[in-house]
Amino acid sequence: MKLLTHNLLSSHVRGVGPRGFPLRLQATEVRINPVEFNPDFVARMIPKVEWAALLEAADTLHLVEVPKEPIEGYEHDEKFLRKMHHVLLEVDVLEGTLQCPESGRLFPISRGIPNMLLSDEETET
Amino acid sequence: MDSNHQSNYKLNKTEKKFLRKQIKARHTLLRHEGIETVSYATQSLVVANGGLGNGVSRNQLLPVLETCGPVDALLMPPNKPYSFVSYKTAEESKKAYVTLNGKEIVDDLGQKIILYFNFVEKAQWKELGLQALPPGLMVVEEIISSEDEKMLLESINWTEDTGNQNVQKSLKHRRVKHFGYEFHYENNNVDRGKPLPGGLPDICDSILEKWLKEGHIKHKPDQLTVNQYEPGHGIPAHIDTHSAFEDEIVSLSLGSEVVMDFKHPDGITVPVMLPRRSLLVMTGESRYLWTHGITPRKFDTVQASKGHKSGIITSDVGDLTLSKRGIRTSFTFRKVRQTPCNCSYPLVCDSQMKATPPSFPESEREASQLEQEYVHRVYEEIAGHFSSTRHTPWPHVVEFLKALPRGSLVADVGCGNGKYLGINKELYMIGCDWSQSLVDICRERHFQAFVCDALAVPIRGGACDACVSIAVIHHFATAERRVAALQELVRLLRPGGKALVYVWAMEQEYNKKKSKYLRENRMSQGKEEEVSSDMPGPELLVEQVPDTGHKEPACRMPSVSDFQEGGRNSREVTNSKLPVHTNRTSFHSQDVLVPWHLKGNPGKDKPAEPFGPGGSHDPSPVFHRFYHVFREGELEAACQTLSNVRVLRSYYDQGNWCVILEKV
Repeated sequence: MKLLTHNLLSSHVRGVGPRGFPLRLQATEVRINPVEFNPDFVARMIPKVEWAALLEAADTLHLVEVPKEPIEGYEHDEKFLRKMHHVLLEVDVLEGTLQCPESGRLFPISRGIPNMLLSDEETET
Repeated sequence: MDSNHQSNYKLNKTEKKFLRKQIKARHTLLRHEGIETVSYATQSLVVANGGLGNGVSRNQLLPVLETCGPVDALLMPPNKPYSFVSYKTAEESKKAYVTLNGKEIVDDLGQKIILYFNFVEKAQWKELGLQALPPGLMVVEEIISSEDEKMLLESINWTEDTGNQNVQKSLKHRRVKHFGYEFHYENNNVDRGKPLPGGLPDICDSILEKWLKEGHIKHKPDQLTVNQYEPGHGIPAHIDTHSAFEDEIVSLSLGSEVVMDFKHPDGITVPVMLPRRSLLVMTGESRYLWTHGITPRKFDTVQASKGHKSGIITSDVGDLTLSKRGIRTSFTFRKVRQTPCNCSYPLVCDSQMKATPPSFPESEREASQLEQEYVHRVYEEIAGHFSSTRHTPWPHVVEFLKALPRGSLVADVGCGNGKYLGINKELYMIGCDWSQSLVDICRERHFQAFVCDALAVPIRGGACDACVSIAVIHHFATAERRVAALQELVRLLRPGGKALVYVWAMEQEYNKKKSKYLRENRMSQGKEEEVSSDMPGPELLVEQVPDTGHKEPACRMPSVSDFQEGGRNSREVTNSKLPVHTNRTSFHSQDVLVPWHLKGNPGKDKPAEPFGPGGSHDPSPVFHRFYHVFREGELEAACQTLSNVRVLRSYYDQGNWCVILEKV
């Protein structure tokens, strides 16, 4: 699971609503998968990222420092884009957990795949 | 001097022939097996024709190779007509290349085989993962003495009249005899009311008592089938009929060893060595879910190392050789079942399939259970085979994805094997599916994917620029759930975001044109391309599950009010049993079970003789998936019940109804 994917995920335990975001990430195995750098692509991703959630996730993984917010004129800042390219697209969480910040429900990540299935009781209305 | 020099290098006719054959072997290896040979000397050679698949065993080939120097490794992959040899030095391999090319050896059947050598960069073979025995399977070695073996073999009189009480038959691939109860190959079952006089042979009694005492078996069997296999004989892969016999099935191998193949519905095959005088014990999963069979052949691929006896034949190609089969007689003991089977493998259980045909769900809970059993579980079971028939993306879906702005975030809800996730490299696509097995396949293809329910997608609302839902919504069992799935899809979209939805159409003939699904009927043998998401592969044309003939009485068009009033379904439910659809025919009902014939080609491989000795289920099990096929207008009507979307376009595409939605 890439951190950009993590940035899109949110807990869906019933009744949690927007408070289910962001999922707390715990990683026991992380791999760096080189991905071809496409500055234009990364630049287009930046405005879609929930920055605080990304900072938190990058922090738990002890990654290179992520700027507190997208810097001015980032579209043309290759250094910044390369850094974000690495954080968003190359860091791959293989094993670990995602935790709903509201309910505490844990979801396993195994072989890079989060399992977000809920039981019937958790979804029933 | 000159002439002398020339004559040294002039090849004679035989040498020229060998050279030609050597080059030909090189091309064949590259073309058919992808093995690249090199033109310079290395330490390793590929030996064309010198393989287990060609009837050449390790102990025949090795001495020949060793004439050129000590062999570092000899890799003999199973069923391949070649092997790889590595020498300690390139000098030695060069010597083998020069002197052994065209070398004639005699294989285990007395046939002459000519070896051709070519250099390879490295002697290697892709190893399969370590396998485990099927759960519930056990092989007990040396369970009886040689004296008892002799006695048992002599106790079976194969020459007596067939009019005798203990029924004897000569099947196409083996001889068989029944005691206790006759096994009927017509229906793969026994007649409980008609035990054979005499019961099991007396000689078996003390042996069975001993096994019981020693804990090898838990129940005393009351039925015995004796099979005799000559080399070259076999038995097709089968599962012993669940309703016919109890859980525990044991088989004693006498006279000769054999390799039995166990297959899981996922396609995993585990070859298991059954040594002479060993007892095979099958319980639980290995008895109920895995098929077992013996491939008709004269040699088995076995472990070469001496220490190895029973159990799995591993894929360690450095340790495989051939073993010539002898006459094997098996004593298979089973206990006739008196009550219907209630195992935990209902998909392959004849008792449970007949006993509980699923009904149309009457509640939310039942709907969820129906989907669980007839959608989720089935995809989990058929994932591998399903994925292998799902490699061609549908053109109009591709078109939709290619037309999205660069840098769009896109979710594919119900992504299956991920065939759309890599269509457009300028998008960030994430996929999800209920089936872990299918998501595993996505991951292997390096796509972003996770496991979830399409009714509760763990993506923050409004995060997606676009969504696709291809051949997913029709798996939900009630109108409410289908609407809820659409609602969930729309929730993921930002305002202005677009969703593409495909569902299977009730109308497989539209504008007087038959869909590919119908047209594929009885044609395109061997064609692998899919034409509809729901089209079982072309090998699935042979029908085993008859259409129940259930015709839908009501054929009225659904309207928006059906959904608004919370009408459970557009159909008028009277008889709630779900009909089974006949593949590649028109639909007669909107809510149906569609058979999936797992793997294989049952029509072609069906032997003249019925399966035996436990009788069988079809070796390619049939799974039923629930579908609600949509009528014209129904998908749009469902979308119109959502307050925050606009239908941009709706169309019919190869037997599917499709809409493009925009969130407002």
